[in-house]
Amino acid sequence: MKDNHMSNVNNVKAFKNIDGVKHLKNIFELTDLSYQVGDKKILKNINLNIEQGKYITFVGPSGSGKSTLMRILASMISATSGEALFNGKKISSYEPTEYRRRVSYAFQQPTLFGKTVKDNLEFPYIVRGKEFDWEQVTKFLNYVNLDESYIDKSVNDVSGGEKQRIALLRNLIFPPEVLITDEVTTGLDADNKEIVHNILNKFNQDDGLTILRVTHDDSEIEQATDKVTVKNGEVI
Amino acid sequence: MSNLTVSNSTLALGFILVIIALVIGYWQKLQIDKDIIIGVVRAIIQLTIVGYILKFVIKANDVWLTMAFFVVIVINASWNAGKRGNGIPKAFQFSLLAISVGTIVTLGTLVWTGSIQFIPEQIVPFTGMIASNIMVAIGLCYRNMKQSFTDRHQQILEKLALGADIKLASEDIIRESIKSGMQPTIDSIKTLGLVALPGMMSGLIIAGVDPVKAIKYQIMVTFMLLASTSIGSFISCYLAYKQFYNEQKQLNSHLLS
Repeated sequence: MKDNHMSNVNNVKAFKNIDGVKHLKNIFELTDLSYQVGDKKILKNINLNIEQGKYITFVGPSGSGKSTLMRILASMISATSGEALFNGKKISSYEPTEYRRRVSYAFQQPTLFGKTVKDNLEFPYIVRGKEFDWEQVTKFLNYVNLDESYIDKSVNDVSGGEKQRIALLRNLIFPPEVLITDEVTTGLDADNKEIVHNILNKFNQDDGLTILRVTHDDSEIEQATDKVTVKNGEVI
Repeated sequence: MSNLTVSNSTLALGFILVIIALVIGYWQKLQIDKDIIIGVVRAIIQLTIVGYILKFVIKANDVWLTMAFFVVIVINASWNAGKRGNGIPKAFQFSLLAISVGTIVTLGTLVWTGSIQFIPEQIVPFTGMIASNIMVAIGLCYRNMKQSFTDRHQQILEKLALGADIKLASEDIIRESIKSGMQPTIDSIKTLGLVALPGMMSGLIIAGVDPVKAIKYQIMVTFMLLASTSIGSFISCYLAYKQFYNEQKQLNSHLLS
């Protein structure tokens, strides 16, 4: 168990050194993290440190446990054993809603809420008890190649790609510290993918947003600099 | 106007009506003959016992005995409503609170306004009417809530992931579940007198009361049912929705159907 722990941590340290960035603060520290449902072990003793400001791509076959790991990091589910620290404190010690505003999770096939695009873009404001900021929302819409006219559009009148972009803005209007994207580009055409890549790169590079991305997309995997492979519930 | 009386021999002859139901069930191979027989036997036994108990309570005209009857009705209704919770933890406790508050507030208002008197022959039937209506309403609330949490779990997860509190994430479901509990009462009000002559009004007319007076009672009963189902649905939904989350404000997936 201990050997396994060390090797995993060393593996992660190894890739950290590749791009020459050292001694960054660990935003996540996972120790012997496991998740099981009944007798089925979905994650097995995961040991992993994730540094602040990184853009890490999680790869691995379907059903390997990537999404489960991401959901634990997003506090959507809790690990059944082991420890998961965020900024040095247990994830479970944070007030869950406050935590999820800092570590935001974007879903593969998001549903849009309510009737209009505004209902969706207003949601992060409602969550924080703030007034809808038309100017700010327009600025963010522009980041994903949409304009002000979309605010009043019906959710039934937007395309699949636009839907995904709008859903992503819900996560980003109040920029979190970590954004977890779970196959958010699956099913999108090349143009829509590029728009999503651009906004994620912008926030990662300009604002230091830590991004954890799960993907099966070959081109995304190829372009990724920092990769973590999850297979059979283990980080390899 | 003659009062309606049902003698034992008339009742026995009335059993022909049960046989009609049994014949249809047998002929159409509905396999409900056992259920019909059990249902009829239970109804006869339960009503006979209740009839004798009511006779005793009304004759005794004792406040504590009336209260005890009230408690028995409320607990029984809560137990049945709780069973309809279908796995929702603490469904009985929530139903007990909802039915108790709904019944006390409604009954209290009726007594306070002088619409009814605090005597067993009025308190006991009204308690039964109110509690059973809240029981049905709560059952519908629980069923709707469980189904909605199942159908919309993806949307709830997304709202939680955006930092929403469980109340905000469940708002639409709570609203719809309360509505689903109240809807049958509202629907029945709309057709009142046009399609159905309600039980209480019919009972009074059969018993020889002037239909205009019977209508006044029915209007009061309508107000009473509206208030009680709304109170019961509101309390039960606002208590039950929290059970769909754990202390980490995560969706309790084992509760979804």
